[in-house]
Order: sequence, then structure tokens, then C-alpha cells
Amino acid sequence: MSFLKKSPWILHYAATSCNGCDIELLACLTPLYDVERFGIVNTGNPKHADIFLVTGSVNEESRKVVENLYAQMPDPKAVVAIGACALSGGIFRDAYNVYGGIDQVIPVDVYVPGCAARPESIIDGIVQALAILEERARDRKRQRKVVAS
Amino acid sequence: MANTTIIPFGPQHPVLPEPIHLDLELDDERVVQALPSIGYVHRGLELLAERHDFVEMAQVAERICGICSFIHGQGYCQGIERLMGLEVPPRAVYLRTAWAEMSRIQSHLLWLGLSADAFGFESLFQHSWRIREMLVDIIEETTGGRVIFGSCKVGGIRKDVDAETLQRVNRRMREIEAAFDEVANIFRADRTVKQRTVGVGVMSAEDAYALGAVGPVLRASGFASDTRQLGYAAYGELEWEPVVEQAGDCYARCEVRLREISQSIDLIRQCLANMPEGEIEVTFKGKRPKGETMVRLEQPRGEVCYYMSANGQKNLERFRVRTPTFANIAPLVHMLKGCDLADVPVIVLTIDPCVSCTER
Repeated sequence: MSFLKKSPWILHYAATSCNGCDIELLACLTPLYDVERFGIVNTGNPKHADIFLVTGSVNEESRKVVENLYAQMPDPKAVVAIGACALSGGIFRDAYNVYGGIDQVIPVDVYVPGCAARPESIIDGIVQALAILEERARDRKRQRKVVAS
Repeated sequence: MANTTIIPFGPQHPVLPEPIHLDLELDDERVVQALPSIGYVHRGLELLAERHDFVEMAQVAERICGICSFIHGQGYCQGIERLMGLEVPPRAVYLRTAWAEMSRIQSHLLWLGLSADAFGFESLFQHSWRIREMLVDIIEETTGGRVIFGSCKVGGIRKDVDAETLQRVNRRMREIEAAFDEVANIFRADRTVKQRTVGVGVMSAEDAYALGAVGPVLRASGFASDTRQLGYAAYGELEWEPVVEQAGDCYARCEVRLREISQSIDLIRQCLANMPEGEIEVTFKGKRPKGETMVRLEQPRGEVCYYMSANGQKNLERFRVRTPTFANIAPLVHMLKGCDLADVPVIVLTIDPCVSCTER
């Protein structure tokens, strides 16, 4: 990944997360880590977002919200699951209202482990998602050409 | 009734890092009524106490919330220690107090940044988080974790901190204080901050008391109520007084938290200066908790209560947490009545909502 054609915007949603990963995610945006220098901007609007970052596992209530937000994002898009809970339910996997990882409801591209996930590993996860995003954008372009010809 | 519109606020909203949903009933731009609905972060954590070993459960208790993580662990351990009749060594008590105050400072700085972001002051958000990182570095150096400390355990603490590190912490506290004073001055003197917060979301002392507000929300309305006055941990031996403001508006709530940061820095200094030598934990091989107890602690957001009941098994019978944000939701709904739609994010943030605490 030598350069990017596009500045990726991220959308963050905390689905039953304990806040730990959310704070670390916000810490990525602030002066010490500053992902904005790569053009990564945190947006509140799913319609503007390219990468969906989900922290925490899914429960009865948040399942619908995660599905909704994912459906509202335009293609191409990538999903990053952050923290042990988003991967498998983590320490709460035995709790009655926890269904397990994010991949129970939406397809996940990158898994970032850790409890709480460290900012460095979150940035690494976003960078890996960028490569996936680029590839999907290329695929779409190729498909369009085939349709046009 | 005139024509009213219902605007949904949340669960996913730019100013909220966590999901909470409010239905705002609007008459033109005024909020007539706010109806909260929660449940987006409910995991069923309290039931886990019946499945996990009581020693393991300290780790789960710490993950009730990632912002006030250490104090949750401390409260849980205090309760179990009381049930088993354990006397925690003074060095562990002082280190716990210092860490609890560090976690209060980082929580308040985090909130300061988020609320600055809510009224559109982006650079103040970045500055408060820059200072917060300085503190998180100290936390990482002394405990090993950045947000989840994992240093509190039943009977004491996990790892001792050597004298050299403590000296370094003391030195770094001076840097943090200088950097914080600069940012606090912006917060206090800036005209735009005042325009967004003074006279917004006012709550009288009577209302705050009647609705059961806790923590900075209650103290900003003129009530000198702070659970640390009970003198748990080392607070009985340290010199401090609860921070009180009279106005009861958003600005007063900011001011309470700003002054509490300075107070916490002072408390950490006192802890470091009076740090006793000796053991850091007591062993309790074969002992099991029995009976029931109630623990009250002061979190960054206010008073938290833990109820524990045990019958001599390795699992607790019942574990119940009553968190400060839960107590502050009723005052929030009261404050939102009659405010402007544009002020809703500011008011919601000044109670410092912590949804994962509330719903567990």
C-alpha cells in the first residue's frame, strides 16, 4: 500500500462495549496517534463512511442497530471488529444477553484482538482494512467496465 | 396540544461514543419532553457473578465500564474483603487511592474533551486528550494497562511500585498540572464556551436532591455531598474537601470537574508523600466470603453502590451494582424539558453519561 486514492472515513458504533476499546479508538484520533494525518476522519453519518468499526459483542437490542448501520453504508465498505468482545464475546461470552462476536450479524474483514485493544493495533487494523477497501474499489471498477463494453 | 414533532436522538449519534436513545418531543425548536430508552449495552453482567469464581469476578467487575474501570474493581474487592474480614495492608490501600484518583483525572479529562467536541470546540478536545495521554502513560507505567488497569485484586494489589517510579510519577504530575492549568484557563475564560454553557440546563438544589442526582451534577447545584467523605480507602487520612458550585447550570458542572482534577492531583501528591512501606496483599487461602454487604464509593460520575451476598460457596449468590449515570438519568430528563434542540448534546454530556455502567 504505497498510496491511497481516497481518504477513508470511519464510522464507529459501540455495540455492548465496556467503553475501553471506544476510548482507545478515540485516542487514535487525538494528538499522540493522530490517524487524521492519513486522511482518516471519524464521521457520525453512515452514508459518508467507508470503514465500519464495531466494538463490543452483539445483544438483542444492538443487533438491529449494527445491521441497520451496515446497510446504510455505501459500497465498497469494510468492517473492522475491535476488541475481544467483538471477536467472540470475550469475558462476557457466558452472559445471557450476549450473542457472541460481530460476525454473527455482519461480515467482518479485519479482527483486532485485545482487551482493551491498544491504539497501535487498532491503527494496524484500519490500515489492513484500507487495503481491502482499495481492492474492492478496483473490483467494482473492473465490473463496471465489463458491463459497459 | 400544538403540533409537536418527535426527533430521535441516538442510539448512534456523533456526540455520543456510546449508544443511548432519547425521543425528543419538540414544539418548534423547544424540547417539550424527552423519553429515554436504554438496553443497547445490556450484557447481563450481574448474573456472571453466579458463574465465575469470586476471585476471577474482580476482572469482570473491572470491565463493567472501561472509563471508571479501576474504581469498579476497587469497590468489588472492598466488598469481598469485608465479607471475609480481611485487613488490607496500608501500602495497598494508599496505592489503590492514588490509582483511583488517577482514573478520576483521566475520566474528567476525557469528558472535558468530549464536551468541548459537543459544542464544536475541536482544538480544546484535542488538547484535553493530549494531557490525558500524559496521565495514561503514568497509569501504564505503574499498572501495565492503559484503560483496564487490572491491578486490584481481592486482598490487596497485584504488583508493587518501586520508589524510583513513584518519584517519577510525582515529577510528571507537575508537568500534567502545568499543562492542565493552561487548558482549564481556556475553558474558564473563553467567550464561546460561556455562551454555550452559562444558564443552560439549570437545575435547582431542591430538584437535584429530590430527583436523586449524584456526583458532580449534585455538587454543581450546591450540595456538598461526596461519598469519599465516608473515609473509605485512605480518604479519611488525607486532607480534602468536596468541590461545590452554586449555579446548577452546564458551566457549573464543568467548573466542578475542572476543580476536581486539580483536587485529585493534590490527593495523588498526598498519597505519594505519605506512602507507607510494607506488604501489598494478605493471603486468604481456603477462606470463602459469607454474608451480605453494601459498599459505597465515589466514582468520577458520582456515587456507586455494590450489593453482595454470599453463602460460603466459591460463587457469589447475588451481585448488584447501582451506577451513578443511572441515578442521573432522571435529573437529565428534567433538565432537557424546555431547552433548545441545539443545547441537547451539551446538556446530555454534562451529566457525563456512561451507558455501559448504567446497563451493565
